[in-house]
Amino acid sequence: MTFEAVSYESIPHALVSGIAISLLCSAIGLFLVLRKFSLFGDALAHSAFGGVAFGLFIGVYPIWIACAVAILSALGLTKIRQKFDISGDAIVAILLATGLGAGVILVSLADDLDMHDIEEFLFGAVVVDTTNVLQILVMSGIILVILFFTWKKFLYSTFSEEQAKVSGISVEKLNYLLIAMSGVTVVISMQLVGVLLVSALFVIPNVSAMLYARSFKQTVILSMSFAVSATVLGILMSYQFDIAQSGCIVLVAAAIFIGSLIAKGSGLVKTTGIMTKTR
Amino acid sequence: MIVDIEKLSVDYAGIKALEDVSFGIAEGDFLGIIGPNGAGKSTLFRCMLGLHTQYDGTIKFFGQNIKDSKKYLSQIGFVPQKPVIDKNFPATVREVVSMSQNSNDSKKVEEVLQKVWMHELADRRIGDLSVGQQQRIFIAKALVNSPRILILDEPVIGLDVYNQDLFFQILSELNIKEKISIIWSSHDLDAVERLANKVACLNKTLFFHGISQEFFSDDEMLKKYSETSMQMHMHHH
Repeated sequence: MTFEAVSYESIPHALVSGIAISLLCSAIGLFLVLRKFSLFGDALAHSAFGGVAFGLFIGVYPIWIACAVAILSALGLTKIRQKFDISGDAIVAILLATGLGAGVILVSLADDLDMHDIEEFLFGAVVVDTTNVLQILVMSGIILVILFFTWKKFLYSTFSEEQAKVSGISVEKLNYLLIAMSGVTVVISMQLVGVLLVSALFVIPNVSAMLYARSFKQTVILSMSFAVSATVLGILMSYQFDIAQSGCIVLVAAAIFIGSLIAKGSGLVKTTGIMTKTR
Repeated sequence: MIVDIEKLSVDYAGIKALEDVSFGIAEGDFLGIIGPNGAGKSTLFRCMLGLHTQYDGTIKFFGQNIKDSKKYLSQIGFVPQKPVIDKNFPATVREVVSMSQNSNDSKKVEEVLQKVWMHELADRRIGDLSVGQQQRIFIAKALVNSPRILILDEPVIGLDVYNQDLFFQILSELNIKEKISIIWSSHDLDAVERLANKVACLNKTLFFHGISQEFFSDDEMLKKYSETSMQMHMHHH
């Protein structure tokens, strides 16, 4: 098994794409975390893995197939959830297992598959291709612009779906848009941290930010700062110690979270974020 | 009439929730909708707000059938029953009020917060407020788009007497000073008698709709209401 560390030449590419991906994951992830749908990113990534395997199996560039598979399966399951009273966590578990199951079968069927490609999608890779960086920048830019103009509606429907409906917001359309944007975000981020670690970038910076923040705006700014710091430090650590980039990014993010818990739990930092249970 | 409801019937899996309900609401009315638990008050509101669309009959707001257009919603403020708020939801009072706002007018947010005497807590996190304070924030939120009608679904359940009185005082001022029409469901007959100028008495069917004083001075009607309430109470237990 080969895990990629960042080389000196690839640092600029890795940093630019990494920062764009962190901003995106932090923004989309916040709405998923607040909707108690933290593992949805993970489920999307696993179903996208089925798409990656299918793309590699038929010899087509796997990213776009992964994107289509992730979005379609998430939309399909959302429709099922609307018709039947199945809980959100059960839907996540079904999506996660089905995507991975399909991927494993396709990988086992293809004799001439390069396992290095599969590993790259499972554990992340260092982005070295300029076209790839541009793709990441354009896709992240589009989604961030959409969020910039619609965040108030997303926040309202996250706060209270029923109240948002009563004020005339088309909540169902918003939900579909969030699913589609999450699908694209997952597929873009898979390239940086891999299928297995994608949810870390969606969840950890946001929960860390919620420990400190009082307002929504503070949460967004803090979460984005934590995500970018984790990514930049992770990439530099990967280069410095010649170890896997994805693991470094996730562990730095986890260190920020643990540090925040200690600071908050010990009373070192007194803010109005998430309270400790003893209070 | 700004609201016209004609022959509204709702059926939940073969069980009648509302049957042949017809009434109208005039501009400036303060309508108290009373009825026992399970009388169909929330169902009526869900239909009026477009949250439940499987019904027979017609509901018109400002002369237009609500099934034809959702535009009427921009002129309605809705205050739900005791709000369920995640105490860790990262939003300030000011952000919660402005999230329902159609414009970005920050002065309007301050103005509605002042109306419910909550402007000093504008930067507090919504989850840190008491239930009574949160309920006042929900009124401010309902007022932020300057609605013509305010709909409140049993808004004072779970509030202490002090907060209930404060709440009623705010509603009264909104109706008298701001000329906002109010449609309010309640169990509390005393409060309805004190505040509302019109009463609708609902128990799946509408058995009274008219001037408040007429209802409360009619002993037969009050007796009939308490008998039905008791029957419903026994039925629930």
